[in-house]
Amino acid sequence: MSLKEKEYKKRFDLDLWKSLWTYIKPYKKQLIYLAVFMIGLAGVDMIFPLMSRYAVDNFVVAKSTQGITSFALVYLGLIIIQVLNIFFFISLAGKIEMGVCYSIRKDGFKKLQELSLNYYNKNPVGWLMARLTSDTQRLGETIAWGAVDFIWGITLMAGISIIMFVLNWKLALLTLTVVPALVLISLYFQKKILAAYRQVRKTNSKITAAINEGISGAKTTKTLVREEENLNEFKSLTQKMYHSSVHAAIFSALFLPIVLSLGSIGTAIALWYGGKGVILQTISYGTLVAFLSYTVQFFQPIRELARVFAELQHAQASAERIISMIKEKPDIKDSYKVEKKFGSLFKPIKKDWQSIKGEIEFRDVTFNYEDGERVLKNFNLKVEPGETVAIVGETGSGKSTLVNLACRFFEPIHGEILIDGINYRKRSLAWLHSQIGYVLQSPHLFSGTIEENIRYGKLSATKEEVIKAAKMVNAHEFITNLSKSYNSEVGEGGGLLSTGQKQLISFARAIISDPGIFVLDEATSSVDTETEKLIQNAINQVLQNRTSFIIAHRLSTIRSADKIIVLEEGKIIENGSHDDLIKQKGHYYQLYTNQFLEEQETGLLNT
Amino acid sequence: MKKIKLLWKFLKGSRTLYVLAIVAIALATIFSLLIPLITRFTIDSVIGNKPIELPTFIENAIAFVGGKNSLANNIWICGAVLVLLTGISGLFLYLKGKWAARASESIAQNLREKLYKHLQLLPFKYHSTVKTGDVIQRCTSDVNTVRRFLAIQFVQVGRAVFMVVLTLYFMLQMNVTLTIISMATIPFIFAFAVVFFLKVKKAFKQSDEAEARLSKVLQENLTGVRVVKAFARQKYEVGKFESKNKDYRDLTYRLIRLLAWYWAVSDFVSLIQIGGVLVIGSYWAATGKITLGTLLAFSAYVGQLLWPVRQMGRVLTDMGKALVSAERINEILEEPAEELSEDGIVPDFNSDIIFENVGFSYEDGAKVLEDLSFQVKKGQTVAILGPTGSGKTSLVQLLPRLYDYQKGSIKIDGVDIKQIDKKVLRENIGIVLQEPFLFSKTLRDNIKIAKSELPEHEIFSAAESANIHNVIEEFDKGYDTMVGERGATLSGGQKQRIAIARTLIRNNPILIFDDSLSAVDTKTDAAIRRELRAHSKDATTFIISHRLTTLAEADLILVLEQGRLVQKGTHQQLLSQQGLYKRVWSIQNNLKTEIDEKKTSVEFTNKEKI
Repeated sequence: MSLKEKEYKKRFDLDLWKSLWTYIKPYKKQLIYLAVFMIGLAGVDMIFPLMSRYAVDNFVVAKSTQGITSFALVYLGLIIIQVLNIFFFISLAGKIEMGVCYSIRKDGFKKLQELSLNYYNKNPVGWLMARLTSDTQRLGETIAWGAVDFIWGITLMAGISIIMFVLNWKLALLTLTVVPALVLISLYFQKKILAAYRQVRKTNSKITAAINEGISGAKTTKTLVREEENLNEFKSLTQKMYHSSVHAAIFSALFLPIVLSLGSIGTAIALWYGGKGVILQTISYGTLVAFLSYTVQFFQPIRELARVFAELQHAQASAERIISMIKEKPDIKDSYKVEKKFGSLFKPIKKDWQSIKGEIEFRDVTFNYEDGERVLKNFNLKVEPGETVAIVGETGSGKSTLVNLACRFFEPIHGEILIDGINYRKRSLAWLHSQIGYVLQSPHLFSGTIEENIRYGKLSATKEEVIKAAKMVNAHEFITNLSKSYNSEVGEGGGLLSTGQKQLISFARAIISDPGIFVLDEATSSVDTETEKLIQNAINQVLQNRTSFIIAHRLSTIRSADKIIVLEEGKIIENGSHDDLIKQKGHYYQLYTNQFLEEQETGLLNT
Repeated sequence: MKKIKLLWKFLKGSRTLYVLAIVAIALATIFSLLIPLITRFTIDSVIGNKPIELPTFIENAIAFVGGKNSLANNIWICGAVLVLLTGISGLFLYLKGKWAARASESIAQNLREKLYKHLQLLPFKYHSTVKTGDVIQRCTSDVNTVRRFLAIQFVQVGRAVFMVVLTLYFMLQMNVTLTIISMATIPFIFAFAVVFFLKVKKAFKQSDEAEARLSKVLQENLTGVRVVKAFARQKYEVGKFESKNKDYRDLTYRLIRLLAWYWAVSDFVSLIQIGGVLVIGSYWAATGKITLGTLLAFSAYVGQLLWPVRQMGRVLTDMGKALVSAERINEILEEPAEELSEDGIVPDFNSDIIFENVGFSYEDGAKVLEDLSFQVKKGQTVAILGPTGSGKTSLVQLLPRLYDYQKGSIKIDGVDIKQIDKKVLRENIGIVLQEPFLFSKTLRDNIKIAKSELPEHEIFSAAESANIHNVIEEFDKGYDTMVGERGATLSGGQKQRIAIARTLIRNNPILIFDDSLSAVDTKTDAAIRRELRAHSKDATTFIISHRLTTLAEADLILVLEQGRLVQKGTHQQLLSQQGLYKRVWSIQNNLKTEIDEKKTSVEFTNKEKI
């Protein structure tokens, strides 16, 4: 696959964590409390063996039961403290985790709204989704729960070392000799384990892709009699999956026993020297018992810490992806002056917004996309207010580019585009877009009701306005025929409606705000004859007395346009009314006759 | 119960490994439970003065190393035994991990392959109505749920059972009363774990659903970015996202709070249990009822015992999920596969194709084709014309038996196709579907997909015949371009032409083009058909098209309306009849007159359409 994401392999990146601090800072207080509870938790964890020591030395060895009641009460007190520690640390870590994720998502989403189409062309939706879902989640998890394990582990290890040294420094020193080996082995294994599971995930996504292809391509597979080859290819994938999964599992399975065995060496040393000490009466029974518990306790956090460190590397990669997205500068942005006067996308200042007459002019416009393809060179075009311009031409001739430029989804590299005689960069994006009605080739609806979807074009619209817009584009009838009328759900992406119905609703959505300029990328997909007629009537309605810019496919739309522009490789090769162009017997004539035939035949066959 | 049986069925082939894994975990548990006994022995009898009470062979072993006194002088031996036991226990732990992974992974592999194979074998009809997303989920996340349960939880249940039974045994050996005290809270903790996880199921679900809503808003926003921008709805979208974002945060936080309660309560009970054993044990040890070593061993056992019991709640909920997943997987596997009639006749596809009173209807009884009879001579080209829904596609799909007709017969070489081995039939009929599917391989691999060993020049010549060679050469990577790769997105017409090339490469005696040149412009269409005539002149060819030039060239034209054959004949014959064919043909002449007379009014076409 060529769609590989950049791999980040840098060592600890301080700048990055500084940027991240912005998101953690609001939870500084919680983080401090969390640290307090974790230290408390580790503290009580350390006291428990001391309690055992006390019991052994003062009751068992001394053969006395005096004070055992108060001992029990103290123990109960410790339990209560510990339980509170547990409850609060989980709650706090959860709060921090969810809070940090929430604010990163919030900022990320806001940034995504500002970024221009160019960014979307370069980054597939799946990647952007992953930034705000799995990447964010991993980061939040590592920050909150990583902190938990880190503080607890460090406190516990430091505390136990101190207690052991205080109790008996020689024994402590001997017991802790296994620690360096343990640390190294833990780090090594955690790295390997993470890498192995990463491989598993990669193979897993390949399997998912293969299953997807197996299902979507099943019909083709049958006609090609390719079932066996497909299965064999799939089998080689599952085989790979088996091996990488077992490999990863073996690493994890090896890790725990090795750590336990190394730890037991520590315990054995404590038992050996401690036992000798007890016999020689240089060490008390209780101390020996406490040491035995401590050695077991001491080695647990090493495992956890190793895991945190390994995860930190992955979290850093996630952080890098998210932060670089949030720091991305949009290609198309209002200048500081413009933003000050007209406001931003999120805080528009509408008092200086002028209404629009609808004159559009391309003046000496040169443009090419980043990949160098599809160029406009010194392009000139003037559309008068109220005029309908139909753009025709083959795929790749630059039709969509014209629309992209007119809507300021992209900006010219040279030259300028004027709306009502003023360069559109001198007025804000929000202003321009609030004046344009735009209908896409494949209408995109949002889940929700029909009413909500139409109102998307004018958020303040009343129910009456919604109905009026629907009536204007002939959508009212089919809508009222639905069981829930305007409250019918359209489904995800409008999936519950037919293509034609979606088109009609997208017309209503575009027209409800009564825009000064109407931009239409006409659909090529065929719909049934009935809907086709409705759509054509709707288009005629919408275009009346409105500056319209149309990438046209339907003959009736093309013919009723005031001006037809034939594009080829970014240049206007023919320009005029339908009758003029037919007379010229040039490109338009060819295009028209071919398309006419197709349309007529399809029309006839679909009745 | 039926579901558990299902899980048991999935285990087939890996049962031995599972038994081994469970034996390994049992051994690991036994050895790890011996460790506190060593500590107890060392403290009581080596360091302390308690007489040794051990099985004879161990006492013999101790006598062999020099008796108790020698041991006391060499306590390192006790330490070494401790390390050794941990090592052995660790070894079994490792073996358990390895075997359980092998078993569960091979079950997962098995399931995946079975599912994939079965999906390919399911009939054409199934794939026409299937919900892809749902099936993918069953093949991936459901398989994973089952796998995870089998790899981790299943063995864990075994471990918990062993743990409880063995610990109980060791403890009972030492002191019965203290054992009862040590186990006192276990039923309570177990019940609490089970009840709690059943209760929080809803909270888990709510959090999952909130996450799904969040992703949905995100995805709709990202795919609809043009609409958002065109209507300047950024602020509105941010508001919409904000509410879902908050929802997810709050619901998940609520869940974490619930879990915090769970751990707090269950830790409270567990710590009370541990503390209780310590206090009561100390009291009894002080009064001489038990030894110090026994006290220490009990303390260790209580801790070991509590953990698996607390995990049981989780295990049970996961088991519920795994059972549901197993059933969802099984639903696919139980769909009846296509009958392939593998022992059928193998004809040589050398003579005419005869349709006799063929009738075909869907399972719900809706009639698609009725009483179709016609004969096609070897090498002839048949063009099929008809309105949408008239049964054109169904007609051509009957030939390779993607669907089976119910009435009449279709014969090739005088043999009813129902008697022919389906595989052979499909290998000899090349069909290009209306919306062809390309595999995510290189263009080269896509073209030679039906034939693995093929010289370069044959691939090129097939591509040239399909008029796609030049287009491919223009791509940066040429024939090595991956389908779906950025910067080389294929248009509908290009996809159709690749599909034609991969069909031509098979040199089939029968070719079917189901409107598969619809997205290609008329010039290219004509060029491709010219190539076809030159290269596959012996092939019997079926073409569904509404392009007049295509129709006119055919040896036989079939006109379908509502599943019935209303006209058949050559171009000349059909022109002399009243009917659909003549009406379509006359449009072209109308256009000529229209343009000649410069009558270009909109009304004219609209009238024509009505």
